[in-house]
Amino acid sequence: MSDPILSVSDMRVTFPVRQGQRFPWSPPRRLQAVTGVGFDLMPGQVLGIVGESGCGKSTLIRAIAGLGPHDSGSVSLDGEPIDYARRADLQRLRRRMQMIFQDPMASLNPRMTIREIVAEPLVYFCPELNSRQRRQKVIEMLDRVGIAERNMNRFPHEFSGGQCQRIGIARALIARPQILLCDEPVSALDVSIQAQVINLLKELQAEMGLTLIFVAHDLGVVRHISDDILVMYMGGMMELAPAADLVANPRHPYTQALLSAVPVPDPRVKQQPQILTGDLPSPTDLPQGCLFQSRCPKRIDACARTRPDLLNRQGRQVACLLEDEAERA
Amino acid sequence: MTLLSVQNLRIRFRTGDGLVHAVNDVSFDMAEGQKLALVGESGSGKSQIALAIMGLLAKNAEIDGQIRFDERDLLTLPAAQMNALRAAQIALIFQDPMSSLNPYMTIERQLGEVVELHEGASRAEARKRALEVMDAVRIPDARNRLRAYPHEFSGGMRQRIVIAMALICRPRLILADEPTTALDVTVQAQIMALLDEIQRDMGTSVLLITHDLGVVAGFCDDTMVLYGGRVMEAAPTPAIFDAPGHPYTRGLLRAVPRITEGDVTLSAIPGSPPNQTAAPRACPFAPRCVDAIPACHDGLPEFREGRACIRPVEELT
Ligand SMILES: Nc1ncnc2c1ncn2[C@@H]1O[C@H](COP(=O)(O)OP(=O)(O)OP(=O)(O)O)[C@@H](O)[C@H]1O
Ligand SMILES: Nc1ncnc2c1ncn2[C@@H]1O[C@H](COP(=O)(O)OP(=O)(O)OP(=O)(O)O)[C@@H](O)[C@H]1O
Ligand code: SF4
Ligand code: SF4
Ligand SMILES: [Mg+2]
Ligand SMILES: [Mg+2]
Repeated sequence: MSDPILSVSDMRVTFPVRQGQRFPWSPPRRLQAVTGVGFDLMPGQVLGIVGESGCGKSTLIRAIAGLGPHDSGSVSLDGEPIDYARRADLQRLRRRMQMIFQDPMASLNPRMTIREIVAEPLVYFCPELNSRQRRQKVIEMLDRVGIAERNMNRFPHEFSGGQCQRIGIARALIARPQILLCDEPVSALDVSIQAQVINLLKELQAEMGLTLIFVAHDLGVVRHISDDILVMYMGGMMELAPAADLVANPRHPYTQALLSAVPVPDPRVKQQPQILTGDLPSPTDLPQGCLFQSRCPKRIDACARTRPDLLNRQGRQVACLLEDEAERA
Repeated sequence: MTLLSVQNLRIRFRTGDGLVHAVNDVSFDMAEGQKLALVGESGSGKSQIALAIMGLLAKNAEIDGQIRFDERDLLTLPAAQMNALRAAQIALIFQDPMSSLNPYMTIERQLGEVVELHEGASRAEARKRALEVMDAVRIPDARNRLRAYPHEFSGGMRQRIVIAMALICRPRLILADEPTTALDVTVQAQIMALLDEIQRDMGTSVLLITHDLGVVAGFCDDTMVLYGGRVMEAAPTPAIFDAPGHPYTRGLLRAVPRITEGDVTLSAIPGSPPNQTAAPRACPFAPRCVDAIPACHDGLPEFREGRACIRPVEELT
């Protein structure tokens, strides 16, 4: 077994919020966006991250990419910790790790041609190339994502959403990074176009041996691309498991509710979604115990006092006190 | 009994770049108590059909065809009557709950105002009705939360309040335009279960607009599939899923990632969505259709026996 290419440990992110402040001069409260997330990724591994809106998925991967702040925690590349305050470290990170975003149109500079957009990373990361070589690489990469050479000198607004996302992928991959972070890369696309982009990403991942983090709220999409799936809730990790196991046999009460609620495109399946009652806690005032307690149908008394860590319990990584009970029994 | 009948509806928008042909010759009927799904990808004309029924199309729209509701022609109805009808009998639920709620008004006022205005109810009566619908949509502790403002509720609760607002006058038709798209699946399940229950209790007709085939499967009796502003296929929901008769429907169903299947390659539909700046003269799906033959590019396929495709079902891949 090789060593992890990327290790993330105990990442925590908070944001100051002024909302609900008593007086203008009182110190801002802090919103807890990511409440302790860590995992190791092996080279070529695909990790899917799912969870409801606002659970901290984007904040987490922005922090890993150095595009957003974090309060504590650490990230290592090939076993070497990244110091986000050091330019040299950031450069190393950027060279090895690229990102694609949800809104394909907005993430491309509207005043640059497709050719310029895709060539940009080469200018930074491969200064040894001359302009003819660069052009050649751009043509090859665009061809790989299905954009014809004759369209190279056009601007982003002349392309559809799906095409813009392909262009974003071409830009992210042209300098051959080893790690690609995808934040909801297909959420804004139609089903028929979404499938094109997922297939393309899967092919490129296999071809280039990419290590991938794929964030989405659609479990079907995540299931299709991931080796392992991490389920987040209120900034914390609820469950981490191989994709097939997680879907076939969810262990955390939240994962169970989530899976039961995924609509099945088959009218003969009479679905019995588990309806969660109770409200989400406020991210500025998280409960002391389990993050899921206010909506958990299986809650026990201890859940209000102890916050379960994501521990290896009976071969599965689940953050739930019931697992401890089962272990003891 | 037919409640709503849409015949040869055509909607075009005048824009700087010429006419946009958003809805092209769409016809369908809805019976009392029917749940019909309108499925299609972005830009296929779903929302414009709902807005046309409500008489809320943008200023630059040109509309023709017929929309009859309970034997009245909505396109020629005087504004005052249309307003009354809109408030009392047809309700529209938008995707984004905040766009239908006034952030500066308490929930009680927003709900109550509708009944006071349209039924001449007293304050006390309006308050009672507001409480009733809040309970119906399961807002916990409704009595104490009548005085709250929209921002004090979560996204899922706000959408339930919007549904409450749609229900308060006991409409006969609910147009739900992507009512759960902005919500998480756990909340979506809650809202759909709620809509289903209300529909059964009150016998309301529901036109559900969505791009999510999973939601359709669990909720609607019948399904209509749109592409490029035209109806491609219309059939009872089980038939659409078991024996889709149109190449586009088939492609769409194959492209949905299913949670039960992991490592299969999704079958994508190649190509891009249609350009709607010209009136369609041929099958709008032809440039992307795996079953297309030269004749498909020559004329508009007629909508017959539930589908608009010139090739017989047996010949499709
Ligand atoms: N710059 C910021 N300042 C204050 N709060 C923020 C900021 N960025 C994010 N948040 C908050 O942090 C939490 C996590 O947000 P984040 O965008 O990471 O969620 P997400 O899981 O990506 O959600 P979505 O699925 O909607 O994209 C949310 O409560 C959000 O409101
Ligand atoms: N005011 C307008 N002016 C010009 N074109 C418009 C206007 N409103 C809508 N359109 C166009 O009409 C077509 C149909 O739009 P509609 O909103 O009905 O799509 P939809 O099926 O609801 O899509 P979505 O799933 O994205 O909501 C689109 O091509 C849209 O760009
Ligand atoms: S720890 Fe308690 S509240 Fe949390 S998921 Fe487990 S049972 Fe539910
Ligand atoms: S008419 Fe032709 S192009 Fe259109 S859906 Fe049928 S086979 Fe395909
Ligand atoms: Mg996000
Ligand atoms: Mg719409």
